[in-house]
Amino acid sequence: MEGTRARIIRSFRRHRLGMAGLAVLTVLYLVMILADFIAPYNFTATHRNFIYAPPTKIRFFDEDGRWRGPFVYPLTRSRDPVTFQLVFTEDRSRIVPVKLFVPGEEYKLMGLFKTNLHLFGVEESPDTAMVLPFGADRFGRCVFSRVLVGSQVSLTVGLLGTFLSVFIGAIVGALSGYYGGWVDIGIQRFTELLRSFPRIPLWLALAVIVPPSWPSTWVYFGIVTVLSLIGWMGVARVVRGMVLSLREKEFVLAAQVMGVPSMKIITKHLIPNTLSYLIVVSTLSIPGMILGESTISFLGLGIKEPMTSWGLLLKQAQSLSELQSHPWLMVPGLFIIVAVLSFNFVGDALRDAVDPYRTVEKV
Amino acid sequence: MKILAVRNLKKYFPIRSGVFLQVTGWVRALQAVDLDIEQGVTVGIVGESGCGKSTLGRTIVKIYEPTAGSITYHDPDGHVHDITRGLPRKVRATFRRDVQMVFQNPYDSLDPRMTIRDIIREPIDTHRLFADSKVADEYVGGLLTKVGLYPEYARRYPHEFSGGQRQRIAIARAISVKPRLLICDEPTSALDVSVQSQIINLLKDLQRETNMSLIFISHNLDVVYHMSDRIIVMYLGHVLESAPSHALFDRPAHPYTQALMAAVPSWNPRYRKLGEVKLEGEPPSPINPPPGCPFHPRCPHRLDVCDRVMPEAVEVAPAHLCACHLVADDTARKAKA
Repeated sequence: MEGTRARIIRSFRRHRLGMAGLAVLTVLYLVMILADFIAPYNFTATHRNFIYAPPTKIRFFDEDGRWRGPFVYPLTRSRDPVTFQLVFTEDRSRIVPVKLFVPGEEYKLMGLFKTNLHLFGVEESPDTAMVLPFGADRFGRCVFSRVLVGSQVSLTVGLLGTFLSVFIGAIVGALSGYYGGWVDIGIQRFTELLRSFPRIPLWLALAVIVPPSWPSTWVYFGIVTVLSLIGWMGVARVVRGMVLSLREKEFVLAAQVMGVPSMKIITKHLIPNTLSYLIVVSTLSIPGMILGESTISFLGLGIKEPMTSWGLLLKQAQSLSELQSHPWLMVPGLFIIVAVLSFNFVGDALRDAVDPYRTVEKV
Repeated sequence: MKILAVRNLKKYFPIRSGVFLQVTGWVRALQAVDLDIEQGVTVGIVGESGCGKSTLGRTIVKIYEPTAGSITYHDPDGHVHDITRGLPRKVRATFRRDVQMVFQNPYDSLDPRMTIRDIIREPIDTHRLFADSKVADEYVGGLLTKVGLYPEYARRYPHEFSGGQRQRIAIARAISVKPRLLICDEPTSALDVSVQSQIINLLKDLQRETNMSLIFISHNLDVVYHMSDRIIVMYLGHVLESAPSHALFDRPAHPYTQALMAAVPSWNPRYRKLGEVKLEGEPPSPINPPPGCPFHPRCPHRLDVCDRVMPEAVEVAPAHLCACHLVADDTARKAKA
């Protein structure tokens, strides 16, 4: 007997963009889990000689055109005597090979095993040669490593925040729509009151409640709560509207006649019938959550240094002159775009898959 | 054995408007309805759209709270409960199991997100009929066979079925908990004529097999005649006539019943006498019902008293009740003579 789940999976697999999005997200989340291992450097380590270093060119052939495997040249930093700009020149007298599984700074893999092995890197002091796939920032920190570690915040804030807000929104909306009357009026006026607050000041006001003395993981959950406490109202309103029409449907009346308890009617009939909407809303609000987190971080009330997130990294790319001279600081933005697009594709595919009416035309 | 007795049942729906939802009027859907349901008996309820027949069905199953009156429920152990008041949990569970409903629109009465198995399992699981899920699944298969479908259909979704098949599924769901009273709210009005008869025969067969009672709500006189032992004619929330079905069709007493019968088209178009239908206009609004007999604005035999006094039901023949001044006068005269 093929259950609902099997049918949803089968239908999801037929959706190419959705599968592509899912693949990208899987890679992103795998990388996120293994961030410390894949990152060649500690994301907080500063390197004096590599301030604003551009992305390192990884070469395979030396000056004479001989195959040498992947390697980099050591860099020396100097200032242009005319423009006073930082100039990096390659020291082509010797090569520094890029190797897999090189020892580097110590870290705890997934917070469990202490090790100093990194996926790739150079066996060379970071004073002379570094491998920086995305360049370095104004403290000479590896942007690649920072993007990987930043994804630990950015990719989970969206998920957790959306999950929480959709959860709250669906329950509040369903209660409001199902019971109606004074319950409904009360809940609706309350959400209207909350919604009439300007969003960013409310974020800030709530974020201020998060005390600065908190450890960074607490701050993180504080931000998630702040984001979802504001995000649920829109979901609640639409779910209420849908439930108002659903509760008059005969299948809901039938459940009442059978003696199914109200909470079970809400969870088994009403909320599942708003599911395609909830899924679309979830996928659409994940990027909103990511942006919300970066907004708060940008204004200095969210994730703080030394912790990092994509939004916080983008903050460095705010001024035009910075962008002009160090365009690689935009790389975190690229990651946001890719993650957001993938979430949207997966959301589309999921919505089609959970819609029982579509299976007929597709078979 | 009696299952249900409805006495003087009233249901008014409030009309609310304004910011604070003040009640600005009432829709008088049911006014003083009496009804008795005996074990194994089918009671048909007929009337035009908006006469309150669906409201009656829904009030009996407690989807609506009645405004006044009583509904007494006789549980299988012989205890009597007034279900318009709050019920102890246990009685409530028995009542919910004992009284089931088949709805009008089979496209609306099955949750589109559940498989047929889950739909039929819902009442079974709610009342914990089986401890073992496998046994319950087999029971579902048996029910599907009983209503003329295949057990393999259990894994499918409602949208894969036709209206008639869906109604069979809805019936399977309703009878799954072995109710003693099944309320059918226009179960055939959304179906093709050929399918209608199948559903009706299915219901009759099931009734014969289980000896359950039926309340059969319809606006289709033929169907009601075919199904019912007793028929109640409703108009604007009032019961105008109540009689055994043969008596009602042989000697309709109330002018409204007579008009309804005259309005039924013959199956043969040549014999149709639609020109002779005396019933004109539409029922008055239940928000502002006329005084006296609700039917008097359209009644061809209107008397002076009709727009002032609501007629009492009188027994024109054994078990044949009719609420009409004209009929009451006739009966009184006969009784004197």
